Amino acid sequence: MSETASLLADAATRLFEEHLDEDAIRRAAKGAWLVDAWTAIEAMGLPLALLSEDRGGFGVDPSEALALLRVAGFYGCPLPVGETMLANRVLANAGLPLSDGAAAIVPAGAGAALSREGNRWRLAGTAARVPWSETIGTLLVETAGPEGRHVVRLAKGQWRTTETAANVAGHRRDTIAFDGVVDAVSPFNRDLLLGSAALGTILIAGALDRVLELTVDHVNERVQFGRALAKFQAVQHECAEIAGEVAAAGAAADIAADGLGRPADAARLAIASAKLRAGEAVGRAVGFAHQLHGAIGFTAEHRLHLFTTALWAWREEHRGHGYWAKLIGDAALAAGPDGFWPLVTEA
Amino acid sequence: MERFTFPSPPPSPAAEALRAEVRAFLAGALANRTPLERSESWNGFDRDFSRKMGARGWLGMTWPKRYGGHERSAFERYVIVEETLAAGAPVLAHWIGDRQSGPTLLKFGTEEQKQTVLPRIAAGEAVFCIGMSEPDSGSDLAATRTKAARVDEGWRITGTKIWTTNAHRSNYMILFCRTSGTPADRHAGTSQLLIDLENTPGMTVRPIIDLAGQHHFNEVHFEDALVPAGALIGTEGEGWHQVMSELAFERSGPERFLSSIQLIVELIRALQESESDAARLAIGRLTAHLIVLRRLSRGVAAMLEAGANPSLHAAIVKDVGSIFEQSVPEIARTLVEAEPDKASTSDFNAVLANILLNAPSWSLRGGTREILRGIIARGLGLR
Repeated sequence: MSETASLLADAATRLFEEHLDEDAIRRAAKGAWLVDAWTAIEAMGLPLALLSEDRGGFGVDPSEALALLRVAGFYGCPLPVGETMLANRVLANAGLPLSDGAAAIVPAGAGAALSREGNRWRLAGTAARVPWSETIGTLLVETAGPEGRHVVRLAKGQWRTTETAANVAGHRRDTIAFDGVVDAVSPFNRDLLLGSAALGTILIAGALDRVLELTVDHVNERVQFGRALAKFQAVQHECAEIAGEVAAAGAAADIAADGLGRPADAARLAIASAKLRAGEAVGRAVGFAHQLHGAIGFTAEHRLHLFTTALWAWREEHRGHGYWAKLIGDAALAAGPDGFWPLVTEA
Repeated sequence: MERFTFPSPPPSPAAEALRAEVRAFLAGALANRTPLERSESWNGFDRDFSRKMGARGWLGMTWPKRYGGHERSAFERYVIVEETLAAGAPVLAHWIGDRQSGPTLLKFGTEEQKQTVLPRIAAGEAVFCIGMSEPDSGSDLAATRTKAARVDEGWRITGTKIWTTNAHRSNYMILFCRTSGTPADRHAGTSQLLIDLENTPGMTVRPIIDLAGQHHFNEVHFEDALVPAGALIGTEGEGWHQVMSELAFERSGPERFLSSIQLIVELIRALQESESDAARLAIGRLTAHLIVLRRLSRGVAAMLEAGANPSLHAAIVKDVGSIFEQSVPEIARTLVEAEPDKASTSDFNAVLANILLNAPSWSLRGGTREILRGIIARGLGLR
């Protein structure tokens, strides 16, 4: 890690430590937008982390910038930091204005259609599960239709919230509708679902790091039968299983971070694999973590659920297991018996 | 709590260039190898094949040239190792020497040992086995009873080693034994000796046939067997420390998750024309696991290249990897209906049988699952 990256990681840790304390995470779990935390995130420049230095980035490798997202995950960050980072990179590359505040992303296939209207564009459609649709300032909509693949930047007022809802962690996920003439349109040759899945994988890895840490602390502190839970071999082995899953999720996050720097077609298999594996790690690691925390970890009072419910939500966002497994399975079967191993090494 | 981080393997154009070279070589050298033979994974033994690997400079790759090595990177070695495994090449004759005995000699051996033995491993000439487990000390390695007593002519060894893969066709063994004290002294008083299996009177090797009917294991009995004073590896009494260092090499490689890759290949062959979504989902999932495990394992290679100690990371890769490779036959049987039968004319049925019969050993050899989880728990600060 470069010295700058190490300083940035420390700064991000301090930021989240201060602004994403347990109280803040609990408020977000009731649907609140964390104004102070977002202000601090913007003040540090995190939304610009994937941009070049001359455009406001930190001047570090994209993989080092994405490591900051893993820190965010460690603190259970409910705010769309990753989405805003990605949106800004796409907007900057498209020559469109950057996000005004936090951004959300609507990938192609989600129900938006772009059509010609004279010499202008019309964007119409709906989108579900949009984070904090009444608070974000910019919506990045990707469309793929007869006109080719495009991104459209919507400013506040260009969409309306038709239904408010929440994910299983309590974070706002709304249904929105939009229909109107748009100007901020650009052809696009990448893949926003893939990018979002990569970011989600990194966030999951960070939160799993936290789940392991909470569990290790708990079994070291909790005494039963006259000794710390950590001294029971059955407990040690379940902790070791969590560590294995957390390591796998960490490797998945590294794959995802690398993938964001590659062309979409080259990175698709790698990011799909990373997303799938991280989702599976959630199931196993969270299962053991709750088991080892016992009844106290099942209460609203204990903080464990703030991370585990977020993990259950995040692993289904940006498409779930079945979607990615089928995509990878199609590729493996198409490669055939002789092409399978080369497919793995080139992923 | 210490967080486990696996470093990212840097891009290595040299390693990728080598990949094309080794694939071309394997395509020719293994043209007649059947899927069943390929499913032997690293248990396939062929001295000629190992000599060919040595002649191409693909053994002892990271060692100094003065000992027959090639001074290449851990990433280049990794490519050779994973490509030979993925192709189901018969690698056993060089496997143990190249992976762990050679590196142990390089790190702790005498100058004479290094000069005489390492070039022979790198040439694919010297076959190694490992004398660690005993009838009363398998996972509990520190309880070793085999004793080497210092005498005028060298060392007199008495005791029994068991589960010694390949002892019946090896040239050398690295023996872990007690050179002072008793098993109650645990780690203290243990040492490693280099045993020349062709010139050690008083040593007998008896086969142990495994449940698949294969002869890989042996029981090796030492009865006042005499080896020269120069057989000591490293420092007398430091055997435990040296063995722990060796085990990191034994546990870290891609052989810890590629044991059943031939069954995945046969599964794809069987389902290639299938329209089944269940098949796609299952194969997609296996592929994803493989891709992520490979990343973890290459992270260990990056640690080796940087001179770091990957003991804990290797334990994690092996634990997660063996769960994966043992899951493959269980998943395969849900997708293709086939009775396991090594004699079958169907490659799928034959490979399924061989994988099923060998899978139980994968979480036993090289440190049982329970031992690995104990190591990981210690790394987490639980013990």
